Amino acid sequence: MSEPLAIETFRINKSYGSGRTEVLALKEASLQVPKGQVVALLGPSGSGKSTLLTIIGLVLPPTSGQVRIDGHLVVDGSSITTNLRTFRRRHIGFVFQKANLIPFLTASENVEIAMQLNGVAGRRARERARELLNEFGVGERSNDLPFRLSGGEQQRVAIARALANSPDVILADEPTAALDSQRAKQVMELFAKIAHQQNSGVIVVTHDHRYLDIFDRIYEMEDGVLHER
Amino acid sequence: MNLALKEVRQNLGRFGLTAVGIGMMLMMVMGMAGIYRGLIEDAILVVDRIGGDLWIVQKDTRGPFAEVSRVPRTLVYRVQAVPGVDSAREFVFHTIQRQVDGKPLRMSILGLSWPRDKGEWLPLTSGRPLSRNHFEIVVDRTLGFRLDDRISLGKDTFRVVGITSGMVSSGGDGIGVVTVSDSQAIQFDNVGEALRLERSARERRATDVDIFLNQPKLVEQLSLPASRLPAVTSPQISAVIARMSPGADSEQVKAVIAGWGDVSVFTRAGQEDLLLQGMVDKARRQLGMFRMLLTIIAAVVMSLILYTMTLDKLHSIALLKLLGAADRTILAMLIQQAIGLGTTGYVLALLIGRQLFPYFPRRVVITTPDLVQLFLIVLLISLISSLLGIWRAMRVKPAEALMG
Repeated sequence: MSEPLAIETFRINKSYGSGRTEVLALKEASLQVPKGQVVALLGPSGSGKSTLLTIIGLVLPPTSGQVRIDGHLVVDGSSITTNLRTFRRRHIGFVFQKANLIPFLTASENVEIAMQLNGVAGRRARERARELLNEFGVGERSNDLPFRLSGGEQQRVAIARALANSPDVILADEPTAALDSQRAKQVMELFAKIAHQQNSGVIVVTHDHRYLDIFDRIYEMEDGVLHER
Repeated sequence: MNLALKEVRQNLGRFGLTAVGIGMMLMMVMGMAGIYRGLIEDAILVVDRIGGDLWIVQKDTRGPFAEVSRVPRTLVYRVQAVPGVDSAREFVFHTIQRQVDGKPLRMSILGLSWPRDKGEWLPLTSGRPLSRNHFEIVVDRTLGFRLDDRISLGKDTFRVVGITSGMVSSGGDGIGVVTVSDSQAIQFDNVGEALRLERSARERRATDVDIFLNQPKLVEQLSLPASRLPAVTSPQISAVIARMSPGADSEQVKAVIAGWGDVSVFTRAGQEDLLLQGMVDKARRQLGMFRMLLTIIAAVVMSLILYTMTLDKLHSIALLKLLGAADRTILAMLIQQAIGLGTTGYVLALLIGRQLFPYFPRRVVITTPDLVQLFLIVLLISLISSLLGIWRAMRVKPAEALMG
């Protein structure tokens, strides 16, 4: 493959428990996401999609295997080769099934906090947050607390937050599950646009097969085994 | 962006109510310290205001404030004769509890050595010092009387001619100031039947005593009140107060008087020390223990509240960690909230206390060093209280943000 890779996993294994109670959640999972591409990860519930996503997101360590983000080897076997939190906030953006906004921060502050944790604060952060929220059509809700926003608005604020630090990698775990079909399509198209415009690698875990045409690659997972469709 | 403030803004009602609760507890801690300060000030105030450099009291007693002291009235003249003594006066002090207008009245009675001492030194807020030998009284405002009120004590009625402020005994009772003879009349007042029995007992005893057999005229005196029978009754005043001549060595004078076999002598500082170490010390220790208990209770309550507040935001903490927040960011949020809660409680305690303390039956004296000390304690218990919440927050894993 000639394109530079945003994400690369190599023979990832993840097991829970030990001995007779050991469960193998991932088996030799290898995946490549080139920069500027949006990749779908399909599979039934419990197949290991979210586990793989959390390993790529440096939230869970694998039992064995390697993870490279933007060319950096960040996980090698069960050992971590970098400061995870620092790396995560600089290189990775998360979007969850539920928007997962911080309830005591306004829409704008939810976006700003991601930048503040990355050392960008004050006016610069406010302007960038406003810019992103306007871009996703929720600019007029900037000063509202999450409980005042609809599910779709919350999800768009969450996407704005994931993009705030212009990450190399965006990981989205069933981001359209709580949205109606029109909003779901908008969100999927938004991911494709972000990947192409920002040259980021985007992985979207989804059950929704209606919008598969927007993805550059599709991986499927079943019983912890990953293969490209 | 200050996360602690943002979270408080979102839960303002709960934070406010919690702060009021903590504030009430801190107000009690503050009040305990204030009552203790009041005890000390009241005790020393009386000794200071009465003046006098030496207190001469009954042998081996601790003076009129600590216990009963009785010395002969003639002691005044003996003290006055000592070189270095400028003046000496009688001092009578005792506490009474009577019914006045159907209500209980507890008052400490201070007798002034008329006519040398008319009470010009009293801290009057209205009225005047004593101007007559009998039936006038100056009272502290805590007793609740007004000028020209009439108070029946014993067989006499006293007119209130002056009102003082801050003249209370170490027991917290307001002081009423009369002349020595009036104070004795109040002290030794008795009902007619008791007087008749005492008089017949005296007459019976007189038949066995040589002095009455040799001087029959003395028998006529037996019908007088006990306070007017110096030769045959108990000593009648509580102490003698001496003032030094300018330049006189009070230690030397004290040594001379202490050499007499029937009295003990204290300097003013000694009398104050006795008050503080004897009477006030137990109260101080008692209040100190209450303060400590209340402080511990406040810390425990704050710990539980802060822990609950932390539990409520575990998901947000996990999310912040997932977004890459350093532990110190989470720590700062929790500690700032703990200190914010403690400080708000402290300010409320101060504001509410200032309004409530004047209505307490005993004087509550809030001093700046006590306030500073309490504030430092509040900061400390805020930090200690947040430890449990911090411990829980540090155990939260970013992966928890991905759950439910």
